[in-house]
Amino acid sequence: MLDIAVVLVAVMLCIALILNLWRLIIGPHVVDRILALDTMYINSIALILLYGIYNQTPLYFEAALLIAMLGFVSSVAFGKYLLRGDIIE
Amino acid sequence: MSFTVELIISAFLILGGLFVLVGSIGLIRLQDFYVRLHAPTKATTLGLGCVLIASIVYMYHIQGYASINELLITLFLVITAPVTAHILAKVAMHHRVKVMQRTRNQHLIETARMQLPPENDNKKQDQDN
Repeated sequence: MLDIAVVLVAVMLCIALILNLWRLIIGPHVVDRILALDTMYINSIALILLYGIYNQTPLYFEAALLIAMLGFVSSVAFGKYLLRGDIIE
Repeated sequence: MSFTVELIISAFLILGGLFVLVGSIGLIRLQDFYVRLHAPTKATTLGLGCVLIASIVYMYHIQGYASINELLITLFLVITAPVTAHILAKVAMHHRVKVMQRTRNQHLIETARMQLPPENDNKKQDQDN
């Protein structure tokens, strides 16, 4: 049962990633694109955790943690750059 | 692995996948940036929380002990998602992103952009004084 559930959730996450990519392409404003990129980071964390469950290994948690931190920092850096014209003042 | 544990893990996984999918559909379908901001910050974070709970249960069953890494990811995500949403909303406000027509209290946008208190409150305070 777990095999079927893992494959099903992987398909759901891939559809979600494609929808985010669509918003990243058509986004009318730059802020929409940043939001879509941030959502793609979160979805890829979920996909990596799912891959860890699929392979029965706890090896991928560090990768998920790294992607979480880098995603947050990059989103805030984009936001600060658009807001102030500079990242570190 | 017993049937009950497998059922719990599968239920959390499918719930998480559904929430993530709902967040992305909201990102596509909603009309306005400020409305669109709600879908990924709430639904997607909840979905990832469900996936992380499933992962914690599964790894506890595989290894025999619960590791703290997943809890760290959960904590980090719950802290950072509102911060990102706040900064993006602020950027959209200062870049004058188009607001949906039937948004209420649109006259407050200009004073919020100048970081002043709302005009109505000032008038009310003047009347009180």
